[in-house]
Amino acid sequence: MASNNSIKKTLIVAFSLCVVCSVVVSSAAVVLKPKQVQNQELDRKSNILQVTQLYRPGDDVEEKYAELITPRVVNLETGEYSDDLDPNSYDQFAAANDPATSRTLSGDQDIAGIGRQEKFSTVYLVGDPDDPDQIVMPIRGQGLWGLMEGFLSVRGDGNTIVGLSYYDQSETPGLGGEVDNPRWKAQWDGKKIYEGDDYQDPQIQLVKGGASDEYEVDALSGASLTSRGVTNMLRFWLSDQGYARYLARFHDDSQGGA
Amino acid sequence: MATDSVKDVVLSPVFKNNPIALQVLGICSALAVTNSMSVSLVMGLAVIAVTACSSMFVSLIRNHIPSSIRIIVQMTIIASLVIVVDQVLRAYAYDMSKQLSVFVGLIITNCIVMGRAEAYAMQNGPVMSFLDGVGNGLGYAVILLIVGFIRELLGSGSVFGLTILPTIQNGGWYVPNGLMLLPPSAFFVIGLLIWVLRTLNPDQIEKTEYRIVANSKTKIKETANV
Repeated sequence: MASNNSIKKTLIVAFSLCVVCSVVVSSAAVVLKPKQVQNQELDRKSNILQVTQLYRPGDDVEEKYAELITPRVVNLETGEYSDDLDPNSYDQFAAANDPATSRTLSGDQDIAGIGRQEKFSTVYLVGDPDDPDQIVMPIRGQGLWGLMEGFLSVRGDGNTIVGLSYYDQSETPGLGGEVDNPRWKAQWDGKKIYEGDDYQDPQIQLVKGGASDEYEVDALSGASLTSRGVTNMLRFWLSDQGYARYLARFHDDSQGGA
Repeated sequence: MATDSVKDVVLSPVFKNNPIALQVLGICSALAVTNSMSVSLVMGLAVIAVTACSSMFVSLIRNHIPSSIRIIVQMTIIASLVIVVDQVLRAYAYDMSKQLSVFVGLIITNCIVMGRAEAYAMQNGPVMSFLDGVGNGLGYAVILLIVGFIRELLGSGSVFGLTILPTIQNGGWYVPNGLMLLPPSAFFVIGLLIWVLRTLNPDQIEKTEYRIVANSKTKIKETANV
């Protein structure tokens, strides 16, 4: 089989193998792409629904989402809705990496450890968009091992928490990973973020040894750094660098209505 | 070569000549993905599919592969199949592929796949190579499931996500062993498994390669006598 090792044969085999393999790989990628995109969408929607606690197992995610949720884009600097950006196509993670649509955070601002922050963020309103029952906001920040990404849901007063849930985290299983434990997550319901009308300074935090008031949630046992990460990212995203200006509007609105 | 029976080819890697337990190949991914049984199962199926198909394709073109680039040819075939499997998982088992994350991609570096392509598929026909791949993939999957069973039961008190031992975090009595959820515990579990298998089947014990001879003692004595 000397001919097998000739340069010509080697090149032919290498070339045809590359062609065949690349056709197989690219056709698999192209054929399955719509299904994958659909899965990612479905995953995102079901995460949003779960943090609102309105989702029951067995519900149709698409149907429930369409019924309950209205996405809007918020300008974090002013706290106003932005109509220039389409909430269904705006990708805030891409925006956070683009210098034109994001800002660099300095060391003392960046308590959540995210480096860059987008100027606009998508929020998901539950119920009537003009007077929502709940507001779901994406948050993210460093835990112990890596970035934790999740959603925080608050009631229509912009102050009372409904739930906090992470859809992507890599904390230690059994310790920091307990952020996914339903029993721990259940504690968040009814907690308050701000004291009175001071929307500058979020009070919510995780504390060791048992929460004593409505601004405190039990820290995760054996996971001090994950707990600190959770507190820091809440403090960051709920300060006026994050959603504070936006949430303050709901406080004003509810007073105006009353 | 023609004497290999189908049964032998498929079953011997599962029990007698297990790629993890005897050849100690593919340990890396076995450490990472065995913290729950369902993940182990999907990983096992993915490896079976890749090993079987890559062995078959390598075997199909084995008479045309120039020996100078044969490893690269095998690698290309394996890598393409792994990408296809990864894409299929993302499309049809999205949650699972999120949990497996990078480890599906790392099947490419799994020594079992490469090892079977080089050791068996290069010398045997496509059908037998396919079966050999299935057998070795099965051997890998079986160990993964055993390790996954032990780790999930002791680490989270459940099997396939169903609670067996109610844990303290959820109001039960069982204090889960946190180490079992971390990759190093798979080292202990696989080590113990290999011990058990070799005790049951002493043929698997390798001969000691060298023996430490107590020669220094006598030398000292001799010099002392002189």
